[in-house]
Amino acid sequence: MGAVWVYSEIYAGRPAPVALELISKAAELGEATAILLGRDAAGAASVAGEYGAARAIVDARADYDEHLAPAAVPTLAALVRERQPALLLFATTYDSRDVASRLATRLDRGVVTNATGIEADGDGFRILTPWGANTIAVCELTGPGTRIVLVRPKAFTAVNSGGACAVEQFAGPLDAATTAIRVVETVEETTQGPLLSDSKIVVAGGRGLGNADNFGLVEELADALGGAVGASRAVVDAGWRPYGEQIGQTGVTVKPDVYIACGISGAIQHLAGMKGAKTIIAINKDPEAPIFRSADLGIVGDALTVLPQLIAEVRRG
Amino acid sequence: MRILVCVKQVPDPNTVVYQIDPGTKRLVRDGVTNVLDPGAEVALEAALQLAERDGESTVTVVAMGPEDAEDAIRRALAMGAHDGALITDDALAGSDALGTAKALAAAIGQIGFDIIFCATESTDGYSGMVPGMVAELLGIPHLSFIRSLEVRDGVLTGQRVIALGYQTVQCPLPLLVAIASGSHEARYPALKGIMAAKRKKVEEYTLADLDLDPDDAGEAGARERVLELLPVEERQAGVIVEDNGDGAARIAELLRQRGVL
Repeated sequence: MGAVWVYSEIYAGRPAPVALELISKAAELGEATAILLGRDAAGAASVAGEYGAARAIVDARADYDEHLAPAAVPTLAALVRERQPALLLFATTYDSRDVASRLATRLDRGVVTNATGIEADGDGFRILTPWGANTIAVCELTGPGTRIVLVRPKAFTAVNSGGACAVEQFAGPLDAATTAIRVVETVEETTQGPLLSDSKIVVAGGRGLGNADNFGLVEELADALGGAVGASRAVVDAGWRPYGEQIGQTGVTVKPDVYIACGISGAIQHLAGMKGAKTIIAINKDPEAPIFRSADLGIVGDALTVLPQLIAEVRRG
Repeated sequence: MRILVCVKQVPDPNTVVYQIDPGTKRLVRDGVTNVLDPGAEVALEAALQLAERDGESTVTVVAMGPEDAEDAIRRALAMGAHDGALITDDALAGSDALGTAKALAAAIGQIGFDIIFCATESTDGYSGMVPGMVAELLGIPHLSFIRSLEVRDGVLTGQRVIALGYQTVQCPLPLLVAIASGSHEARYPALKGIMAAKRKKVEEYTLADLDLDPDDAGEAGARERVLELLPVEERQAGVIVEDNGDGAARIAELLRQRGVL
Protein backbone atom coordinates (compact mmCIF):
# COMPACT_ATOMS: atom_id res chain seq x y z
CA MET A 1 0.00 0.00 0.00
CA GLY A 2 1.27 3.48 -0.83
CA ALA A 3 1.26 6.70 1.08
CA VAL A 4 -1.79 7.64 3.13
CA TRP A 5 -2.05 11.35 3.82
CA VAL A 6 -4.03 13.11 6.51
CA TYR A 7 -5.00 16.78 6.22
CA SER A 8 -4.62 17.67 9.89
CA GLU A 9 -6.40 20.68 11.30
CA ILE A 10 -4.40 22.25 14.12
CA TYR A 11 -6.08 23.13 17.40
CA ALA A 12 -4.23 24.70 20.36
CA GLY A 13 -0.83 23.91 18.84
CA ARG A 14 -1.57 20.21 18.25
CA PRO A 15 -3.26 18.23 15.52
CA ALA A 16 -6.99 18.26 16.36
CA PRO A 17 -8.10 15.09 18.24
CA VAL A 18 -9.87 13.76 15.13
CA ALA A 19 -6.68 14.33 13.08
CA LEU A 20 -4.79 12.08 15.51
CA GLU A 21 -7.47 9.40 15.03
CA LEU A 22 -6.95 9.61 11.27
CA ILE A 23 -3.14 9.59 11.55
CA SER A 24 -3.23 6.40 13.65
CA LYS A 25 -5.57 4.80 11.09
CA ALA A 26 -3.35 5.95 8.21
CA ALA A 27 -0.37 4.25 9.88
CA GLU A 28 -2.36 0.99 9.86
CA LEU A 29 -3.15 1.33 6.16
CA GLY A 30 0.25 2.43 4.82
CA GLU A 31 2.93 5.07 5.29
CA ALA A 32 1.19 7.86 7.19
CA THR A 33 1.93 11.46 6.23
CA ALA A 34 0.42 14.40 8.13
CA ILE A 35 -0.15 17.61 6.19
CA LEU A 36 0.17 20.50 8.66
CA LEU A 37 -0.38 24.09 7.56
CA GLY A 38 -0.17 27.23 9.68
CA ARG A 39 1.88 28.93 12.42
CA ASP A 40 1.89 25.96 14.80
CA ALA A 41 2.62 23.34 12.12
CA ALA A 42 6.14 22.48 13.25
CA GLY A 43 5.14 21.81 16.86
CA ALA A 44 2.10 19.84 15.74
CA ALA A 45 4.34 17.66 13.55
CA SER A 46 6.09 16.09 16.54
CA VAL A 47 2.70 15.13 18.03
CA ALA A 48 1.68 13.64 14.64
CA GLY A 49 4.81 11.47 14.84
CA GLU A 50 3.83 10.18 18.27
CA TYR A 51 0.50 9.03 16.86
CA GLY A 52 1.94 7.15 13.91
CA ALA A 53 2.94 9.62 11.19
CA ALA A 54 6.14 8.54 9.44
CA ARG A 55 6.38 11.91 7.73
CA ALA A 56 4.99 15.39 8.12
CA ILE A 57 4.76 17.95 5.36
CA VAL A 58 4.83 21.34 7.03
CA ASP A 59 4.12 24.84 5.75
CA ALA A 60 4.31 27.16 8.76
CA ARG A 61 3.28 30.42 7.09
CA ALA A 62 0.62 32.41 8.93
CA ASP A 63 -1.44 32.86 5.72
CA TYR A 64 -3.31 29.64 6.57
CA ASP A 65 -4.33 31.03 9.98
CA GLU A 66 -5.28 34.44 8.66
CA HIS A 67 -7.69 33.05 6.08
CA LEU A 68 -10.37 30.40 6.32
CA ALA A 69 -9.44 26.75 5.79
CA PRO A 70 -9.85 26.71 1.95
CA ALA A 71 -6.58 28.69 1.72
CA ALA A 72 -5.03 25.20 1.96
CA VAL A 73 -6.58 24.04 -1.35
CA PRO A 74 -3.86 25.20 -3.81
CA THR A 75 -1.10 23.80 -1.58
CA LEU A 76 -2.84 20.43 -1.29
CA ALA A 77 -3.57 20.35 -5.02
CA ALA A 78 0.11 21.00 -5.82
CA LEU A 79 1.27 18.29 -3.41
CA VAL A 80 -1.23 15.68 -4.60
CA ARG A 81 -0.47 16.31 -8.28
CA GLU A 82 3.25 16.01 -7.65
CA ARG A 83 3.23 12.93 -5.39
CA GLN A 84 -0.04 11.06 -5.98
CA PRO A 85 -0.66 9.50 -2.54
CA ALA A 86 -2.98 6.48 -2.61
CA LEU A 87 -5.40 8.01 -0.12
CA LEU A 88 -6.02 11.46 1.36
CA LEU A 89 -8.10 11.58 4.53
CA PHE A 90 -10.06 14.50 5.94
CA ALA A 91 -12.20 14.74 9.07
CA THR A 92 -15.91 15.44 8.66
CA THR A 93 -15.73 18.98 10.06
CA TYR A 94 -16.97 22.18 8.43
CA ASP A 95 -13.46 23.45 7.76
CA SER A 96 -12.23 20.18 6.29
CA ARG A 97 -15.38 19.79 4.20
CA ASP A 98 -14.76 23.24 2.74
CA VAL A 99 -11.21 22.21 1.82
CA ALA A 100 -12.02 18.71 0.53
CA SER A 101 -14.93 19.81 -1.68
CA ARG A 102 -12.83 22.42 -3.49
CA LEU A 103 -9.79 20.14 -3.71
CA ALA A 104 -11.77 17.22 -5.19
CA THR A 105 -13.17 19.61 -7.79
CA ARG A 106 -9.77 21.09 -8.66
CA LEU A 107 -8.34 17.58 -9.08
CA ASP A 108 -11.57 16.30 -10.72
CA ARG A 109 -11.79 13.46 -8.21
CA GLY A 110 -14.71 11.71 -6.59
CA VAL A 111 -15.04 11.84 -2.83
CA VAL A 112 -16.70 9.71 -0.16
CA THR A 113 -18.06 11.52 2.90
CA ASN A 114 -19.08 10.46 6.41
CA ALA A 115 -16.94 7.31 6.30
CA THR A 116 -16.82 5.18 9.44
CA GLY A 117 -14.45 2.49 8.16
CA ILE A 118 -11.69 2.00 5.57
CA GLU A 119 -10.15 -1.31 4.51
CA ALA A 120 -7.29 -1.80 2.05
CA ASP A 121 -8.42 -3.92 -0.90
CA GLY A 122 -5.75 -4.66 -3.51
CA ASP A 123 -4.82 -1.32 -5.06
CA GLY A 124 -7.96 0.35 -3.80
CA PHE A 125 -9.96 0.76 -0.64
CA ARG A 126 -13.31 -0.41 0.67
CA ILE A 127 -14.91 2.58 2.34
CA LEU A 128 -17.74 2.05 4.81
CA THR A 129 -20.35 4.75 5.17
CA PRO A 130 -23.69 4.60 6.99
CA TRP A 131 -26.85 5.05 4.93
CA GLY A 132 -29.86 5.65 7.10
CA ALA A 133 -30.35 3.91 10.42
CA ASN A 134 -29.74 0.29 9.53
CA THR A 135 -27.54 0.03 6.44
CA ILE A 136 -23.82 0.41 5.86
CA ALA A 137 -22.81 1.02 2.25
CA VAL A 138 -19.44 -0.33 1.19
CA CYS A 139 -18.12 2.00 -1.53
CA GLU A 140 -15.10 2.38 -3.72
CA LEU A 141 -13.79 5.32 -5.68
CA THR A 142 -13.12 4.48 -9.31
CA GLY A 143 -10.73 6.03 -11.79
CA PRO A 144 -7.03 6.84 -11.47
CA GLY A 145 -5.33 8.90 -8.80
CA THR A 146 -5.66 9.77 -5.14
CA ARG A 147 -8.79 8.71 -3.25
CA ILE A 148 -10.31 11.48 -1.14
CA VAL A 149 -12.31 10.34 1.88
CA LEU A 150 -13.93 12.30 4.72
CA VAL A 151 -14.14 10.35 7.97
CA ARG A 152 -16.49 10.86 10.89
CA PRO A 153 -14.91 11.80 14.23
CA LYS A 154 -14.44 8.85 16.63
CA ALA A 155 -14.61 6.28 13.83
CA PHE A 156 -11.02 5.34 14.69
CA THR A 157 -8.92 5.37 17.85
CA ALA A 158 -5.91 7.65 18.28
CA VAL A 159 -2.95 5.55 19.48
CA ASN A 160 0.13 7.19 20.97
CA SER A 161 2.96 4.85 20.00
CA GLY A 162 5.62 7.39 20.89
CA GLY A 163 7.24 7.55 17.45
CA ALA A 164 8.88 10.42 15.65
CA CYS A 165 8.39 11.60 12.08
CA ALA A 166 10.56 13.06 9.37
CA VAL A 167 9.60 16.68 8.78
CA GLU A 168 9.65 18.18 5.32
CA GLN A 169 9.19 21.91 4.75
CA PHE A 170 7.03 22.89 1.82
CA ALA A 171 5.99 26.31 0.56
CA GLY A 172 2.69 25.94 -1.24
CA PRO A 173 0.99 28.41 -3.57
CA LEU A 174 -1.93 30.60 -2.46
CA ASP A 175 -4.74 31.84 -4.71
CA ALA A 176 -7.31 34.60 -4.88
CA ALA A 177 -10.51 32.53 -4.77
CA THR A 178 -9.60 31.06 -1.39
CA THR A 179 -7.87 34.04 0.25
CA ALA A 180 -10.39 36.75 -0.63
CA ILE A 181 -12.18 36.11 2.67
CA ARG A 182 -11.10 38.17 5.67
CA VAL A 183 -11.73 37.03 9.26
CA VAL A 184 -12.60 40.22 11.14
CA GLU A 185 -13.04 38.70 14.60
CA THR A 186 -13.63 35.44 16.42
CA VAL A 187 -16.12 35.39 19.30
CA GLU A 188 -16.55 32.58 21.84
CA GLU A 189 -20.11 32.19 23.09
CA THR A 190 -19.88 29.01 25.11
CA THR A 191 -17.38 27.31 27.33
CA GLN A 192 -18.21 23.70 28.04
CA GLY A 193 -17.02 22.46 31.43
CA PRO A 194 -15.63 19.06 30.48
CA LEU A 195 -15.18 19.23 26.72
CA LEU A 196 -18.31 17.62 25.29
CA SER A 197 -16.67 15.33 22.75
CA ASP A 198 -14.40 13.71 25.35
CA SER A 199 -16.71 13.63 28.36
CA LYS A 200 -17.40 10.23 29.98
CA ILE A 201 -20.94 11.28 30.83
CA VAL A 202 -23.22 13.25 28.54
CA VAL A 203 -26.70 14.50 29.40
CA ALA A 204 -28.52 15.74 26.30
CA GLY A 205 -31.86 17.43 25.83
CA GLY A 206 -34.34 17.82 22.99
CA ARG A 207 -37.68 19.32 22.02
CA GLY A 208 -39.49 17.16 24.57
CA LEU A 209 -38.29 19.53 27.30
CA GLY A 210 -40.82 22.05 26.01
CA ASN A 211 -38.80 25.24 26.21
CA ALA A 212 -35.33 26.68 26.68
CA ASP A 213 -35.82 27.36 30.40
CA ASN A 214 -36.55 23.72 31.15
CA PHE A 215 -33.15 22.89 29.69
CA GLY A 216 -31.80 24.02 33.05
CA LEU A 217 -32.75 20.55 34.35
CA VAL A 218 -30.36 18.96 31.84
CA GLU A 219 -27.60 21.30 32.98
CA GLU A 220 -28.33 20.50 36.64
CA LEU A 221 -28.16 16.75 36.05
CA ALA A 222 -24.96 17.06 34.00
CA ASP A 223 -23.47 19.18 36.77
CA ALA A 224 -24.47 16.69 39.48
CA LEU A 225 -22.91 13.82 37.47
CA GLY A 226 -19.79 15.76 36.47
CA GLY A 227 -20.75 15.36 32.82
CA ALA A 228 -21.22 17.56 29.78
CA VAL A 229 -24.39 19.02 28.26
CA GLY A 230 -25.47 18.08 24.75
CA ALA A 231 -28.43 19.04 22.59
CA SER A 232 -30.40 17.77 19.62
CA ARG A 233 -30.30 19.65 16.33
CA ALA A 234 -33.94 20.67 16.80
CA VAL A 235 -33.21 22.69 19.93
CA VAL A 236 -30.03 24.20 18.49
CA ASP A 237 -31.99 25.24 15.40
CA ALA A 238 -34.65 26.70 17.69
CA GLY A 239 -31.97 28.79 19.36
CA TRP A 240 -32.32 27.19 22.81
CA ARG A 241 -28.70 26.04 22.87
CA PRO A 242 -25.44 27.03 21.11
CA TYR A 243 -24.21 25.05 18.12
CA GLY A 244 -21.20 23.77 20.08
CA GLU A 245 -23.56 21.51 22.06
CA GLN A 246 -25.21 19.90 19.03
CA ILE A 247 -24.78 16.13 18.91
CA GLY A 248 -25.34 14.25 15.68
CA GLN A 249 -24.40 13.75 12.07
CA THR A 250 -24.01 17.52 12.00
CA GLY A 251 -22.16 18.66 15.09
CA VAL A 252 -20.30 16.75 17.78
CA THR A 253 -19.84 12.98 17.87
CA VAL A 254 -19.67 11.54 21.38
CA LYS A 255 -18.77 8.08 22.67
CA PRO A 256 -19.24 8.44 26.43
CA ASP A 257 -19.63 5.68 29.01
CA VAL A 258 -23.13 6.93 29.78
CA TYR A 259 -25.46 8.95 27.54
CA ILE A 260 -28.73 10.23 28.97
CA ALA A 261 -31.18 11.49 26.30
CA CYS A 262 -33.96 13.67 27.75
CA GLY A 263 -36.90 14.45 25.49
CA ILE A 264 -34.96 13.48 22.36
CA SER A 265 -36.88 11.44 19.81
CA GLY A 266 -33.72 9.98 18.25
CA ALA A 267 -33.77 10.91 14.56
CA ILE A 268 -31.19 9.08 12.45
CA GLN A 269 -29.09 12.19 12.33
CA HIS A 270 -28.94 12.37 16.14
CA LEU A 271 -28.16 8.64 16.53
CA ALA A 272 -25.18 9.04 14.18
CA GLY A 273 -23.54 11.23 16.81
CA MET A 274 -24.11 9.14 19.95
CA LYS A 275 -24.86 5.51 19.20
CA GLY A 276 -21.28 4.60 20.11
CA ALA A 277 -22.05 5.33 23.80
CA LYS A 278 -21.49 2.32 26.07
CA THR A 279 -24.74 2.80 27.97
CA ILE A 280 -27.70 4.75 26.60
CA ILE A 281 -30.53 5.89 28.86
CA ALA A 282 -33.55 7.59 27.29
CA ILE A 283 -36.48 9.47 28.80
CA ASN A 284 -39.31 10.26 26.37
CA LYS A 285 -43.09 10.58 26.54
CA ASP A 286 -43.60 8.83 23.21
CA PRO A 287 -43.23 5.04 23.52
CA GLU A 288 -42.67 4.90 19.73
CA ALA A 289 -39.69 7.29 19.83
CA PRO A 290 -36.83 5.75 17.81
CA ILE A 291 -34.36 6.55 20.61
CA PHE A 292 -35.82 3.60 22.58
CA ARG A 293 -34.56 1.15 19.94
CA SER A 294 -31.00 2.13 20.86
CA ALA A 295 -31.52 2.51 24.61
CA ASP A 296 -30.26 0.11 27.29
CA LEU A 297 -32.82 1.63 29.63
CA GLY A 298 -35.82 3.55 28.36
CA ILE A 299 -38.23 5.40 30.62
CA VAL A 300 -41.54 6.19 28.91
CA GLY A 301 -42.42 9.34 30.79
CA ASP A 302 -42.12 13.09 31.03
CA ALA A 303 -38.52 14.27 31.37
CA LEU A 304 -39.83 17.26 33.33
CA THR A 305 -41.11 14.85 36.01
CA VAL A 306 -38.26 12.35 35.96
CA LEU A 307 -35.34 14.80 35.86
CA PRO A 308 -35.97 16.61 39.19
CA GLN A 309 -36.33 13.25 40.93
CA LEU A 310 -33.17 11.95 39.28
CA ILE A 311 -31.19 15.07 40.19
CA ALA A 312 -32.25 14.59 43.82
CA GLU A 313 -31.25 10.88 43.70
CA VAL A 314 -27.86 11.69 42.21
CA ARG A 315 -27.19 14.42 44.79
CA ARG A 316 -27.98 11.92 47.56
CA GLY A 317 -25.31 9.70 45.91
CA MET B 1 -28.31 42.24 -7.30
CA ARG B 2 -28.89 38.99 -9.08
CA ILE B 3 -29.38 36.46 -6.28
CA LEU B 4 -29.39 32.72 -7.04
CA VAL B 5 -30.50 30.05 -4.58
CA CYS B 6 -29.65 26.38 -5.10
CA VAL B 7 -32.49 24.23 -3.76
CA LYS B 8 -33.15 20.51 -3.65
CA GLN B 9 -36.17 18.28 -3.44
CA VAL B 10 -35.79 15.62 -0.74
CA PRO B 11 -37.94 12.90 0.84
CA ASP B 12 -39.94 14.55 3.65
CA PRO B 13 -37.61 14.17 6.65
CA ASN B 14 -40.61 14.13 9.00
CA THR B 15 -42.16 11.03 7.46
CA VAL B 16 -39.51 9.09 5.65
CA VAL B 17 -37.80 5.93 6.73
CA TYR B 18 -34.80 5.83 4.41
CA GLN B 19 -34.74 2.74 2.25
CA ILE B 20 -32.11 1.71 -0.24
CA ASP B 21 -33.05 -0.20 -3.38
CA PRO B 22 -30.78 -3.26 -3.31
CA GLY B 23 -30.76 -3.39 -7.14
CA THR B 24 -29.88 0.19 -8.05
CA LYS B 25 -28.30 0.89 -4.64
CA ARG B 26 -29.98 4.28 -4.70
CA LEU B 27 -32.38 5.87 -2.28
CA VAL B 28 -35.94 4.63 -2.86
CA ARG B 29 -37.92 7.70 -3.87
CA ASP B 30 -41.13 5.98 -4.98
CA GLY B 31 -44.07 6.23 -2.63
CA VAL B 32 -42.43 8.85 -0.41
CA THR B 33 -43.62 12.42 -0.13
CA ASN B 34 -41.07 14.83 -1.54
CA VAL B 35 -40.64 18.33 -0.19
CA LEU B 36 -38.42 21.34 -0.66
CA ASP B 37 -35.42 20.60 1.57
CA PRO B 38 -35.97 22.42 4.90
CA GLY B 39 -32.31 23.52 4.77
CA ALA B 40 -32.88 25.03 1.32
CA GLU B 41 -35.96 26.85 2.67
CA VAL B 42 -33.73 28.48 5.27
CA ALA B 43 -31.19 29.50 2.61
CA LEU B 44 -34.01 30.89 0.46
CA GLU B 45 -35.36 32.82 3.45
CA ALA B 46 -31.94 34.43 3.97
CA ALA B 47 -31.85 35.32 0.26
CA LEU B 48 -35.38 36.76 0.27
CA GLN B 49 -34.59 38.89 3.32
CA LEU B 50 -31.48 40.24 1.60
CA ALA B 51 -33.50 41.02 -1.55
CA GLU B 52 -36.23 42.76 0.50
CA ARG B 53 -33.71 44.96 2.32
CA ASP B 54 -32.02 45.79 -0.96
CA GLY B 55 -35.25 46.43 -2.86
CA GLU B 56 -33.72 46.06 -6.31
CA SER B 57 -32.71 42.41 -6.34
CA THR B 58 -34.15 39.37 -8.09
CA VAL B 59 -34.10 35.90 -6.57
CA THR B 60 -33.83 32.91 -8.92
CA VAL B 61 -34.01 29.34 -7.57
CA VAL B 62 -32.05 26.59 -9.29
CA ALA B 63 -32.64 22.89 -8.75
CA MET B 64 -31.45 19.66 -10.30
CA GLY B 65 -33.72 16.66 -10.18
CA PRO B 66 -36.43 14.66 -11.91
CA GLU B 67 -39.34 16.47 -13.62
CA ASP B 68 -41.38 16.51 -10.42
CA ALA B 69 -38.66 18.52 -8.66
CA GLU B 70 -40.56 21.42 -10.22
CA ASP B 71 -42.88 21.08 -7.19
CA ALA B 72 -39.99 22.12 -4.94
CA ILE B 73 -39.28 25.07 -7.22
CA ARG B 74 -42.98 26.10 -7.15
CA ARG B 75 -42.87 26.03 -3.37
CA ALA B 76 -39.82 28.32 -3.46
CA LEU B 77 -41.63 30.62 -5.90
CA ALA B 78 -44.64 30.66 -3.57
CA MET B 79 -42.32 31.76 -0.75
CA GLY B 80 -41.32 34.73 -2.91
CA ALA B 81 -38.57 33.79 -5.38
CA HIS B 82 -39.04 35.55 -8.73
CA ASP B 83 -38.30 32.74 -11.16
CA GLY B 84 -36.76 29.30 -11.32
CA ALA B 85 -34.51 26.97 -13.29
CA LEU B 86 -34.82 23.19 -13.31
CA ILE B 87 -31.99 21.05 -14.58
CA THR B 88 -33.57 17.77 -15.55
CA ASP B 89 -32.32 14.98 -17.77
CA ASP B 90 -32.60 11.20 -17.48
CA ALA B 91 -28.82 11.03 -17.92
CA LEU B 92 -28.40 12.96 -14.64
CA ALA B 93 -29.88 10.20 -12.46
CA GLY B 94 -27.26 8.73 -10.14
CA SER B 95 -25.05 11.82 -10.17
CA ASP B 96 -22.52 12.05 -7.36
CA ALA B 97 -21.74 15.34 -5.60
CA LEU B 98 -19.26 16.52 -8.23
CA GLY B 99 -21.62 15.61 -11.09
CA THR B 100 -24.41 17.55 -9.37
CA ALA B 101 -22.10 20.52 -8.84
CA LYS B 102 -21.03 20.49 -12.50
CA ALA B 103 -24.64 20.66 -13.66
CA LEU B 104 -25.54 23.40 -11.16
CA ALA B 105 -22.44 25.46 -11.96
CA ALA B 106 -23.07 25.20 -15.71
CA ALA B 107 -26.65 26.45 -15.34
CA ILE B 108 -25.62 29.18 -12.88
CA GLY B 109 -22.93 30.32 -15.31
CA GLN B 110 -25.56 30.72 -18.03
CA ILE B 111 -28.06 32.53 -15.79
CA GLY B 112 -25.51 34.91 -14.26
CA PHE B 113 -25.31 36.03 -10.61
CA ASP B 114 -23.86 38.35 -8.01
CA ILE B 115 -24.33 36.05 -5.04
CA ILE B 116 -25.35 32.40 -4.67
CA PHE B 117 -27.13 30.97 -1.62
CA CYS B 118 -27.46 27.33 -0.66
CA ALA B 119 -27.91 25.16 2.42
CA THR B 120 -24.75 24.06 4.20
CA GLU B 121 -25.83 20.47 3.56
CA SER B 122 -28.91 18.69 2.28
CA THR B 123 -31.25 16.95 4.70
CA ASP B 124 -31.07 13.62 2.82
CA GLY B 125 -27.40 13.33 1.86
CA TYR B 126 -25.51 15.34 4.51
CA SER B 127 -22.33 15.31 2.45
CA GLY B 128 -21.96 19.09 2.43
CA MET B 129 -19.77 18.87 -0.68
CA VAL B 130 -21.87 20.67 -3.29
CA PRO B 131 -21.44 24.31 -2.06
CA GLY B 132 -17.63 24.25 -2.17
CA MET B 133 -17.68 22.32 -5.45
CA VAL B 134 -20.00 24.80 -7.19
CA ALA B 135 -17.90 27.74 -5.95
CA GLU B 136 -14.68 26.08 -7.11
CA LEU B 137 -16.12 25.37 -10.58
CA LEU B 138 -17.19 29.01 -10.86
CA GLY B 139 -13.83 30.24 -9.52
CA ILE B 140 -15.38 32.24 -6.67
CA PRO B 141 -14.92 32.15 -2.86
CA HIS B 142 -17.44 30.37 -0.66
CA LEU B 143 -18.42 30.79 2.96
CA SER B 144 -20.00 27.87 4.81
CA PHE B 145 -22.24 27.85 7.89
CA ILE B 146 -23.30 31.50 7.72
CA ARG B 147 -26.03 32.45 10.22
CA SER B 148 -26.47 36.14 9.40
CA LEU B 149 -25.25 38.46 6.67
CA GLU B 150 -25.36 41.95 5.21
CA VAL B 151 -24.16 43.23 1.83
CA ARG B 152 -22.89 46.80 1.55
CA ASP B 153 -20.98 48.37 -1.37
CA GLY B 154 -20.41 44.99 -2.96
CA VAL B 155 -18.92 43.43 0.19
CA LEU B 156 -20.63 40.75 2.28
CA THR B 157 -20.15 40.78 6.05
CA GLY B 158 -21.47 37.72 7.85
CA GLN B 159 -21.31 35.61 10.97
CA ARG B 160 -19.93 32.12 10.43
CA VAL B 161 -20.77 29.55 13.10
CA ILE B 162 -17.81 27.71 14.68
CA ALA B 163 -17.77 25.15 17.49
CA LEU B 164 -17.52 27.61 20.36
CA GLY B 165 -19.17 30.68 18.87
CA TYR B 166 -18.82 32.56 15.61
CA GLN B 167 -16.41 34.41 13.35
CA THR B 168 -17.22 37.67 11.62
CA VAL B 169 -16.07 37.31 8.02
CA GLN B 170 -15.95 39.65 5.03
CA CYS B 171 -15.71 38.94 1.34
CA PRO B 172 -16.34 40.95 -1.82
CA LEU B 173 -18.99 39.70 -4.28
CA PRO B 174 -19.32 37.54 -6.34
CA LEU B 175 -19.36 34.65 -3.89
CA LEU B 176 -21.36 31.67 -2.64
CA VAL B 177 -22.75 31.50 0.89
CA ALA B 178 -23.95 28.29 2.52
CA ILE B 179 -26.49 29.12 5.23
CA ALA B 180 -26.55 27.34 8.61
CA SER B 181 -29.69 25.30 9.31
CA GLY B 182 -32.12 26.96 11.69
CA SER B 183 -30.48 30.38 11.34
CA HIS B 184 -33.55 31.88 9.67
CA GLU B 185 -37.21 31.04 10.18
CA ALA B 186 -38.51 30.12 6.71
CA ARG B 187 -41.77 31.92 5.86
CA TYR B 188 -44.90 29.94 5.12
CA PRO B 189 -46.23 30.67 1.63
CA ALA B 190 -49.42 32.75 1.69
CA LEU B 191 -52.32 31.91 -0.64
CA LYS B 192 -51.46 34.95 -2.74
CA GLY B 193 -47.90 33.68 -3.11
CA ILE B 194 -49.10 30.21 -4.09
CA MET B 195 -51.39 31.68 -6.77
CA ALA B 196 -48.62 33.98 -8.06
CA ALA B 197 -46.16 31.08 -8.19
CA LYS B 198 -48.27 29.33 -10.83
CA ARG B 199 -47.60 32.15 -13.27
CA LYS B 200 -43.89 32.50 -12.58
CA LYS B 201 -41.42 31.22 -15.13
CA VAL B 202 -39.45 28.01 -14.66
CA GLU B 203 -36.80 27.46 -17.32
CA GLU B 204 -35.76 23.87 -18.04
CA TYR B 205 -32.19 22.83 -18.84
CA THR B 206 -31.00 19.50 -20.22
CA LEU B 207 -27.42 18.18 -20.32
CA ALA B 208 -27.16 19.36 -23.93
CA ASP B 209 -28.33 22.87 -22.98
CA LEU B 210 -25.50 22.99 -20.45
CA ASP B 211 -22.83 21.66 -22.86
CA LEU B 212 -22.12 18.79 -20.48
CA ASP B 213 -21.16 15.28 -21.54
CA PRO B 214 -22.82 12.27 -19.96
CA ASP B 215 -19.35 11.50 -18.54
CA ASP B 216 -19.46 14.71 -16.50
CA ALA B 217 -22.55 13.86 -14.51
CA GLY B 218 -25.10 11.14 -13.93
CA GLU B 219 -24.27 7.54 -13.17
CA ALA B 220 -21.72 7.38 -16.03
CA GLY B 221 -19.70 10.19 -14.48
CA ALA B 222 -19.98 9.08 -10.86
CA ARG B 223 -16.71 8.03 -9.28
CA GLU B 224 -18.28 6.68 -6.11
CA ARG B 225 -19.50 3.14 -6.65
CA VAL B 226 -21.47 1.16 -4.06
CA LEU B 227 -20.07 -2.37 -3.86
CA GLU B 228 -22.46 -3.85 -1.32
CA LEU B 229 -24.90 -2.98 1.42
CA LEU B 230 -24.48 -4.46 4.89
CA PRO B 231 -26.89 -4.42 7.82
CA VAL B 232 -25.80 -2.35 10.80
CA GLU B 233 -25.09 -4.36 13.93
CA GLU B 234 -28.11 -3.74 16.12
CA ARG B 235 -27.60 -2.86 19.74
CA GLN B 236 -28.96 -5.44 22.14
CA ALA B 237 -32.55 -4.67 22.97
CA GLY B 238 -32.78 -2.79 26.24
CA VAL B 239 -35.41 -2.50 28.94
CA ILE B 240 -38.20 -0.06 28.16
CA VAL B 241 -40.57 0.72 31.04
CA GLU B 242 -43.43 3.09 31.74
CA ASP B 243 -42.63 5.69 34.40
CA ASN B 244 -44.81 4.88 37.38
CA GLY B 245 -42.98 7.24 39.66
CA ASP B 246 -39.97 4.93 39.81
CA GLY B 247 -38.28 6.01 36.56
CA ALA B 248 -35.67 8.13 38.30
CA ALA B 249 -34.90 5.35 40.78
CA ARG B 250 -34.39 2.86 37.94
CA ILE B 251 -31.98 5.21 36.20
CA ALA B 252 -30.08 5.81 39.45
CA GLU B 253 -29.83 2.05 39.94
CA LEU B 254 -28.31 1.59 36.48
CA LEU B 255 -25.90 4.49 37.13
CA ARG B 256 -24.79 2.72 40.34
CA GLN B 257 -24.26 -0.54 38.42
CA ARG B 258 -22.10 1.36 35.95
CA GLY B 259 -20.06 2.89 38.75
CA VAL B 260 -21.17 6.44 37.95
CA LEU B 261 -22.85 6.89 41.33
